[in-house]
Parts: sequence; structure tokens; C-alpha cells
Amino acid sequence: MCGLIGIMDTSGAYFSGHDIVAGIAAMEERGNGLGAGFAVYGCYPQYADCYAFHVMYPRPESRPQVETFLRQHFSIVYAEPVPHRNVPDLLCPPPIWRYFLRLPSFLQEERPGVDEAEYVVHKVMQVNTAGLGAYIYSSGKDLGVFKGVGHPGQIAEYFSVEEYSGYLWTAHTRFPTNTPGWWGGAHPFGLLDWTVVHNGEISSYGTNRRYLEMMGYRCTMQTDTEVITYAVDLLVRRHGLPVEVMARVLAAPLWSEIERMDEPERTLTRTLRQVYAPLLINGPFTVIIARHGEMIGLGDRIRLRPLTAATAGDRLYLASEEAPIRLLCPQPERVWTPLGGEPVVGRLRTPWSAQEVPLEAVSRYAYAM
Amino acid sequence: MEGQKLKLDVSGMHYRELNARLRQMVQNGVQCIELYNVCGQRYIASNLGKPVEIHLYGTPGNDLAAFMDGPRIIVHGNAQDGCGNTMNSGEVVVHGRAGDVTGYAMRGGRIFIRDDVGYRVGIHMKEYQDQRPVIVIGGTAQPFLGEYMAGGVLVVLGLTLAPGARHTATYIGTGMHGGVMYLRGEVADHQLGREVARMPLDEADRALLAQLVGEYAAYFGCDAERILDQPFTKLAPLSSRPYGRLYAY
Repeated sequence: MCGLIGIMDTSGAYFSGHDIVAGIAAMEERGNGLGAGFAVYGCYPQYADCYAFHVMYPRPESRPQVETFLRQHFSIVYAEPVPHRNVPDLLCPPPIWRYFLRLPSFLQEERPGVDEAEYVVHKVMQVNTAGLGAYIYSSGKDLGVFKGVGHPGQIAEYFSVEEYSGYLWTAHTRFPTNTPGWWGGAHPFGLLDWTVVHNGEISSYGTNRRYLEMMGYRCTMQTDTEVITYAVDLLVRRHGLPVEVMARVLAAPLWSEIERMDEPERTLTRTLRQVYAPLLINGPFTVIIARHGEMIGLGDRIRLRPLTAATAGDRLYLASEEAPIRLLCPQPERVWTPLGGEPVVGRLRTPWSAQEVPLEAVSRYAYAM
Repeated sequence: MEGQKLKLDVSGMHYRELNARLRQMVQNGVQCIELYNVCGQRYIASNLGKPVEIHLYGTPGNDLAAFMDGPRIIVHGNAQDGCGNTMNSGEVVVHGRAGDVTGYAMRGGRIFIRDDVGYRVGIHMKEYQDQRPVIVIGGTAQPFLGEYMAGGVLVVLGLTLAPGARHTATYIGTGMHGGVMYLRGEVADHQLGREVARMPLDEADRALLAQLVGEYAAYFGCDAERILDQPFTKLAPLSSRPYGRLYAY
């Protein structure tokens, strides 16, 4: 079974990739080397207000076409291949680039009041469904996603993950069951500043996917986790639901449980199940969902995949096992296993915003450029 | 090294090497082993078939003592998921909590957990002739306790519950078709699986509880009398083939 880990400093303090790499490497036994990845929030402070598109080119010859598209629809502040070391036993890593983008100035005149996020999602879907052999797999502000086919240690070495720093990290070691292990299929899955790492199998993938396609989301990464990323974006960003309500849609309480609820909770939960029936994520799963300022651990409603949570000072830890947490923090104040369907939510004490970036947070990456 | 106590720091050691070392020591007749900085190594002592006492300091990984046959393991810390998976004989004593599916498919031997446990504890436990596994949990359990149980004894004492608080597990004994559960305190009807029912405690039950709670109290240093003077709920299966007619029509 896959291995997940997430670490968040709720005071917003930055920390390097060292902890997350050690934590996920301790669960290497849970993966089989066919995928690993890291997400870090706050790693591009000098481009904090730009959308950091991470684009993978399994067909390298598609890059000029994608870059033309990006120039047409965005203003490119800076672009570069993602720096990486040479790790010989990684199997044919595709070229991976990152583009720091702002919305074009003409956009507000042409389409006043356009929703920035909708615009970005639409463009990401356009590239990903164009069949070019190029995939935008992360499109959030001040968010880095580093993933590929390999064990966590290899992927961390390849992308020099330990050199980045941020206040929220998640990581994954993959043991693919129903879908192919390829660079685009590694976790985390990202859209805007959402990222999801997932352990489990989504038997409702077909239903979820068809519903999300009606809402403008196209699944292109041949991995079931993708539907959770888009479902969360729909429910929380577009429909404005609190994350606790989103958890009740994805891991919907059983009807027998709903009958025993008091009002108004019973009517709310029954309504959620009726309105969002196609977004019930059926099958065993545990996910760690993150966006700027928030980390959410959630398991399926009858808890068929493990999740351990722990707190120590400002730090919130979520992991598939307790040992990696204890490796990083021998004596946490509290360690517990949440019930199935019960979200564990970590929030920044002061809400995150792109502008106020603590100067001392500039990562070593910025100097290494 | 006959009868000696051996200490070993296993930090960073892969479980294959760790278990190979254990096997070596046991073959050399070592009677008591202490492992330090245990952190996530899986299947510890799962291949040991001789009586030996092993102390683990830290957090042993999943499937601790899986298939174990004879040794006694004392965990000074928390155990993860699958502790005692398909264990045949021996004892596991955890001075802390344990994760999901503790005692999964257990065949014999005994597990004592001082604090709480996760989901589906005792799932598929079974018994055969004189092989009657026992799990005693000091704290409380999460849902699906004793799911598909086919034998053995499962005791949950609820000592970590706040005064007046009750066990909150649901789907207790779902699919249970053998063995017996004793929960200290009451549970509501909606918490029980369809295949299990409350039964009155007889003298044999009380004697068994007195013995097991006594051993629990001895291991963890608490007052057996105080524990035993609370009402216990006995849960047993309604039938030995609850799903027998499921596909009959």
C-alpha cells in the first residue's frame, strides 16, 4: 500500500525538505519504486504572486507549442527547466520545466471581472487534453511539486528536494495497483494550489470522472487520484463549501449513521448526499489534501486505509504509520488515529497571502540560481 | 551466550537484517533480548519459534509478531497495525496503544494492550482445540471490533474512557460466528453488528475475566478488583453460519 506523509508548521515557519524526505523514506517499504513525489508550499518566495506551472514533456518536441500557448494566454515572468541532479537508475526522466506566470494585462480589459482561477483551470485543461504529450501537473502560486517514477530517496535526490523550504510539505511513495506507474501518474496531483497524495483505490472513479467532466474538469493522468483533486477544487473553491463539509461529500456518512444525527446536521448531511451523490469517493482511501494555509487528512468512512495524526508545538504531522512521525519527533504531545470520514485539519494561525512573504524565508534555491 | 541478556541498537536497521539477527541470537540460546531505537521495522519476531523474551524500545512496525510461535514480546512504546497477525502462540505486551487489525486472524497466544486500539481489532480471530487466542485491551476500541470473529476471547476494559463516558465503537461483532467478547460497561443496540447479541455472564465467564484482568493488572500495575467491580457486557454470536443463506436463493 502506498505511503503518505504531511508536515505543516501552523505558525508559518519554513523548514527544509530534510524532514519530509526522511519521513517518506522511512516508509519506502509501502511503495515499489513506481512513483514518488513531494509538494512544498512557500518554496518560490521571489515569485510568490506568480502561478508556478510545472510542465512535464514526455514528448519533448511538444515544448515549443506549449510555450507559444503560454505566451499567448499568460505573461511569462520567468521560465527554466526544473534543476535536477543526475540519478543514473531513474528510468528515462522526461524534460520538466517550470514557468512563473501572471495573467495577461489585456485580460481585464477584454473580459472584465474574469475569475482568475477559472481562467487558469481552463488553460491547464486545454493543454492537458490537447494530446501533445505535455502535462501541466501543478499550477499553484508559490507551490512546488517534484515527482516521478522512482523511490522517494531517488526522486528527492533527482530534484534536490532537501534544498527547498516551505511551511507545508506532503510526500508519497507509490505502489500502483490499477493504473500504470509513469512520471505523470506519480503523486501529488495538483491543480491551482491544491495538491493530493492518496493511498487507496477509488472504485467510483468512472462515476466521479463523468460528473466532474460536466463541470469542466478533464482527467488526463490515467490515475484515479486525479478525481479527488478536481472534486476538492469544485466543492471548496467553486462552491465555497468549508473543508469539513467537503469531507462529508467525499467520505459521506452511512445512511444508518445519518438517521441517528440531530438536526440540522441530519438534513444537511442527507442533502449533501443527494446533491453530490456522484462525488462520493467509494472504495478504501486515505488522502492528504493541501492548499496554501491548510492541510487536511481524510480517510474513507469505514477506514480501510491507515492514517495517524500527531501534534507537537506548532507542527501537525499526518502519516500512514506512526513510526515515521516518531522518527522526526520522538515525543509528540498528542498521537491519534482519526475515525473513518473524520477530517484532521491543520490551519495557519495567520491566513496565508501571496504578498506577505517573510524575507528570511527566501530558500537557498533563490541564491543557487 | 547461554541464558544471557543481549542489547542491540537497531536504529536504521532494515527488518530483514533485524529478524536475521534475532533468529541468530535465539539459536545461540539467548534468553532475553533488548532492542533499542526500534522505528517502523516490520514483522519483528515473526519467524521465531522458541521461547525467548524480547523487549522493544520505540515503535515497532506493522505486523509485529506475525505468525509468531512461542516468544514473549514486551513493547515499551506503541505498536502499529497488524500486531499479532496470525500469531500461533506466545505473548505480546504493549505498554501503549496499538493500531488497526491488532490480532488479525490470530490462532493462539495472548496480546495485552495497555491503552486504546484502532479498527477491526480481533478480526477473523479463531480457535481450534486447545488453541484459544486472547486479546485484552485496557483502553477502548474503534469500530468493527471483533469483525468476522470465529473464536478466541476479546476483552475491552475502557480504562482510558473519561468518567461516565462509554465505548463508542460501532459495528461491534459484525459477521461474528465464534468466540466471545467482554466489554466493560454498556453498549447501545445500534453499536452492535447484526450477527452478535448480549448474553448473561455465568460463573465460567466471571472466572475467565478474573484471570485475564488479573494478568492485565499484573502487567500494567493497576487494581484488578476495581476493574472487576464494574458490570461487563458479554457478546457472543447468534449463529455459527450467519451468512449461510446469503447465496442460498
